[in-house]
Parts: sequence; structure tokens; C-alpha cells
Amino acid sequence: MLLEFFSFLRELASFFVYIFSPTILPGVLVTVVGSATPIALAATGELVVERSGVLNLGVEGMMIIGAVVAFGVSLGTGNPYLGALAGGFAGIGTALLFGFFTVYLASNQVATGLALTLLGLGLAGLIGESFVGTPGVRLEAITIPVLSSIPFIGPALFDRDILVYLSFAIVAGVSYTMFKTRVGLILRATGENAEAAHALGRNVRLIRMGAVAFGGLCAGLGGAYLSLVLTAQWTEGMSAGRGWIALAIVVFATWLPWRALAGAYLFGGVIILQLHAQAYGLSIPSQAMNMLPYIATIVALVLLSRNQAVMRRNTPAALGRAFVPDR
Amino acid sequence: MQLELVKRDAPSSKMLVAAPFMALGLTVLTSGVMFAVMGFNPVAALYEYFIAPLTELWSVYELLLKAGPLILIALGLAVCYRANIWNIGAEGQFTMGAIFGSIPPILFPEWTSWATLPLMLILGMVGGALYGGIPAFLKVKFRANEILTSLMLAYIALLILDYLVRGPWRDPGGFNFPESRNFSDEQSLATLEGSRLHVGILIAFAAVPVMWFFMSRTLAGHAFKVVGEAPRAARFAGFSSKVLTYAALMFSGALAGLAGIMEVAGPIGELRPTISPGYGFTAIIVAFLGRLNPWGIMLAGLLLSLSYLGGEAAQITLGLSDKMARVVQGMLLFFVLGCDTLVRYHVRLKPNPKVASTPTASEAADAA
Repeated sequence: MLLEFFSFLRELASFFVYIFSPTILPGVLVTVVGSATPIALAATGELVVERSGVLNLGVEGMMIIGAVVAFGVSLGTGNPYLGALAGGFAGIGTALLFGFFTVYLASNQVATGLALTLLGLGLAGLIGESFVGTPGVRLEAITIPVLSSIPFIGPALFDRDILVYLSFAIVAGVSYTMFKTRVGLILRATGENAEAAHALGRNVRLIRMGAVAFGGLCAGLGGAYLSLVLTAQWTEGMSAGRGWIALAIVVFATWLPWRALAGAYLFGGVIILQLHAQAYGLSIPSQAMNMLPYIATIVALVLLSRNQAVMRRNTPAALGRAFVPDR
Repeated sequence: MQLELVKRDAPSSKMLVAAPFMALGLTVLTSGVMFAVMGFNPVAALYEYFIAPLTELWSVYELLLKAGPLILIALGLAVCYRANIWNIGAEGQFTMGAIFGSIPPILFPEWTSWATLPLMLILGMVGGALYGGIPAFLKVKFRANEILTSLMLAYIALLILDYLVRGPWRDPGGFNFPESRNFSDEQSLATLEGSRLHVGILIAFAAVPVMWFFMSRTLAGHAFKVVGEAPRAARFAGFSSKVLTYAALMFSGALAGLAGIMEVAGPIGELRPTISPGYGFTAIIVAFLGRLNPWGIMLAGLLLSLSYLGGEAAQITLGLSDKMARVVQGMLLFFVLGCDTLVRYHVRLKPNPKVASTPTASEAADAA
């Protein structure tokens, strides 16, 4: 038993040596960025939504709708850019449905978010039925000269498709807007104390709808990444819990955009590591490997949530509470 | 136009009953439109969905068969949701119940006695309860959000099941198919002559009045409601939210686990990689459509079971995708939650006051 354990440890060590060898590592980094990007997009969008005081548990549903619409439109038009755009708009559409119910009808946010996920998964399965097995149109990389020839990180970060670049731009833009502009201040005020924001003459419901729509756009683009870049084909349930991982990352990041990006890369790394470990032939059942991202999510949540001081300082105070203007 | 919500003095009892029916009506209407858009005769499709499964005896049996697990799981979920605890990992607890309950028939296939089946059911409940206890522990001990942990655990449970039936629990004489050995008669629930309907369905339906009595006539049932609706009052009353968190999650886990082992020891008769068509998730819809009330859950469970059957029937007779059933189910939950607003609020449409009273800047500029 002990001997087996030691031989396993040796196997694990040689796997890590293999992963970090100069011939393999650049390729690994490229795939890490690919696996992190959809999660980063969805998490950043949800972060904005939650900062406005709305909890949208429908990220998984919006992502998968984005994925199927992006796939279908790029297949139909032959233009993956139109596909990505359509995926984003599909995300907005589903988000507005959620927003109308939670913001204007003050329905329960948790339950409505679940409804959005269930509806999204069902609808995407229905729309995508005819796409199963059809090869899709891939979103090609746009190589940035000079930067892309930096060893290791060059190919991973600067020889990518537009959505990877966009994910960085969105994180930077959200971070700047949220903490350096008036719009960001109003958004955060709405999430901290909707009654006060209303009393100051802010249209709380409109602000929240805007945030929800932005969240839908980001989740839709994240979904588009899945079906246009990561696999370039449609399979049912291809979001595979990434929307839920994005939700966990928002908590993990204590509602700060750059930390959300870091969290997405951490999880992207975990997902890629287990894929490489399976390909390498580590003697662990593949199912145990597939569990890793989900286990990592739980561990991350536990590690962060136990620190109550940090949580209390950063959690939007009005998160999850419906706001009904009295006049 | 502006949408205005005016809080009612007290929840409307008329709307409380009417809202689920309004939601159902809206769902039927919307799905009819969708059928038409997809090129099907909406009347024929709706008939296949909601009426046809009720016209033959065997499909009524199937209706009850699918309603059983939905009702059982939703009864447990309702306790959680009453206490404001968001267990959405019932699919995982269902799976873990099936795994635990299958220990006797798979690891001790030769041991067959009158006690085998009861032990399997008890182990199923234990498995579900323990698995539901994990998010409870993480919530109480570390304040980790149970929505996310319970869902992540559902993914993990499905992978554990997959590992077992492809690995150590695979039937040695099963030609390498990912299936466990078949359960013998002593390891299976007795079925009604000529149907797949098994005694477990009686347990599910018997649980309805029991849960109604528990939730509305006992102090413990009351405690769940108080801690959900008025946590401060619950603290003053001396109800421990920690104990209630464990109780709610482990209890709903136990019911989901029971549903899981009854599915495996009933219609399926062995362990497989897939043992549920999403019962654990559909039960969330059942719980809300039934307004978290056991009798309502019974009706809602039957209705959602009907949607599964209708989906299958419409696929066979009309060639309509069976994926449509999940769309109908998701839509139903949306409408239920929207119509719930009518219980607590008067909903009015009002002309936008600003537009009506003062000209906007551009209009003023035009006038000048």
C-alpha cells in the first residue's frame, strides 16, 4: 500500500516535470488561456450584475444559449465574428428575460436564476439538435507582431482570437469604470443600498437592468468562445458547469474584477492540468480527474468564506434583495 | 408606460391558488406558439403533451412511476426552501442514495433475505442524508454558499457513479457493458402485475400527508418556516439555525436518496452511468409550482411527470424533439415565479409621469 503510494507520488512528480519542460509548457500555457477565457468573461459579467445588487444564477443557461446561437449563426453565415456577436446578443436576450422577472416583477432571484439555467439548457438542446456532429466555423487567431514572439507567454497571450483580447479589455474596462467613474459609483451604490440610491433620484430598476444585460452579454460571449474556439463544434451540455464555476469565482474574487480574472486562470489551469494528466496516463481514474475543477471550486469557496472579515467588507449589501420603488 | 408594484396588506389567498394555474395557462399558450413556429399543429402537439398520456392505462402507470421520485425529492426540497436554504444538488443526493442502497445487492449478491430490501432503502436514505450533510457542514462551519457547493457535489456524485459502474462495480458477466449485475427479486421492489409500477410509488404518495402534517402541525415543521421567514424571530424563539441547516439538508438528502434507491431497485433494476432524467433538477420546479406545500407538490409532480411522458409521446407520434419537454419545464418555472408576484403585489401599468407632465429637453428645444 505504502509502496504503491510512493510509486504514485513518483509518477506525479514526473508528470509535473513533464508539464514544465520547455518543450511542453508553451503548449500548456496556450490551452490554459483557452480554458480560462470563457470563465473569465462570464465571471466578469456576473461580477457587475452582483455589484448592482442582483444575483443571477442563470449564468450557465446564458452561456449555453450563447454557445448554441454563436455556433448556428457562424455556421449559417460562415462568419464566426457575426456568430460571436450573435452569441453575445443571445446572452443579452436571456438576461433581459431574467431581468424583467426579478427587477420589474420582484420575483425571487435565486429561483428565477435557476429557472433561467434550466430553460437555457433545454432551449439550447432544442436549437442545437440539428448541429450535433457538424463541424463548426472556428474563430481564427489574430497574431500581434513582436509581442507574439516573446517566449512562453507570447503564443499564449498574443497569438489569439479576438475574444481572448476582448476578455482582457472587458476586465480592464470594468475595473476602471467600477472604481474610477461616476457610473461605477452609482452602480455600486445601487448594490449597497438600493433605497438610498432611489432616494437620490437614481432609477434603480433601470441601472439593475443595464447591469443584468451586461452580464448576459459577457456570459453569451463566454459561451460563444466554447463553440467557436475551444471545440468548434456543438455538443449538448457543453458548458459543463463553467457558468457555475464563474459564479463561484465571483465570490472567490471578493467582487474585484482583476481577482476574478486571476481566479478564472487558476481554474483554467486546474481544468487543463487534469486533461494533460489524463493524456499523460497518470494511474488515477479519469472520473477522479474530471472531478478536480468541481472539488477545487468547493475548496476555494470554503477557504474564502471562512474569512468573514473579508467577505463582509466586499459583499454587496443588497445582493439578492429585490427592490420595489414605493412611488 | 411604467410597471408599478403596490404591496398588498396581506398575501392574496385567491391569487395563492390562482397563480399556479395562470402559470400553467401561460406555459400552454407559449408552448403552443413555439410548436406553431417549429411547424407543428399546436393543437395536436398540445394534445400529445398534456392529454394523450392520460388516455391509456399503461401510460397512467408510467405517469405515477415518474411522479414518485419527483414528489419525494420535491417534498424534501420544500423543507429546505421554506428555511431559506437553497439545496439545488438533489440530483447528487439521489445518485448517492442509489449508490449506497446498491451496496447489498452488488457487494453481497448472495445475501438475500426479507431484510435485504429494507436495508437497501435505509442505506439509500443514509447515503442521501450524508451527501446532503456535506453542504450543511460547509455552510455551518465555513459559511460556504450551499447553492454552489451542493451543485458542485452533484457533478461529483455523477462522476463517482460513472467510475463505479465502469470500474469496480461492473458486472463480471456483463460483456464489459458499463452496468452492475442485475438485482434479483429479493433485491427489487415488488411491481404491480403487468406494469413497471412498484410499491415505492406508494411510499412517495404516502409521504405527502405525512409531510403536510409535519410542516403544518408540528413545532419542528414550524421552526423551518420561522427560520426562513424571520431569522431574528427564530433566534429569539431559541431555534438553532445550525441545527436546522443540518436537519433541512440531511432530511431532503434522505428523501432524494430514497427516491434514488427506489428508482434503481424498481424500474431500472441495476446501476448504470445514467439513472435519472434530471429528476433532481426538475423537482426544483415541482417544489415551486406546488408552492412548497405537500399537496401542491403532489399535483405539481404529476404535472411535471406528464411533461416527461408528453415529450416522449410527441417525439414518437409527431417527430417533435424530446428536448422540448425541458423547455416546457423551464418555461413553467419562469411563469410560476412571475405569477407569484401577483400574490404579494398589485401589479399596475402607469403612464410615465415625467413624459406626461413636462416636455423633455429636445421637445422644448423643438418648441422654441
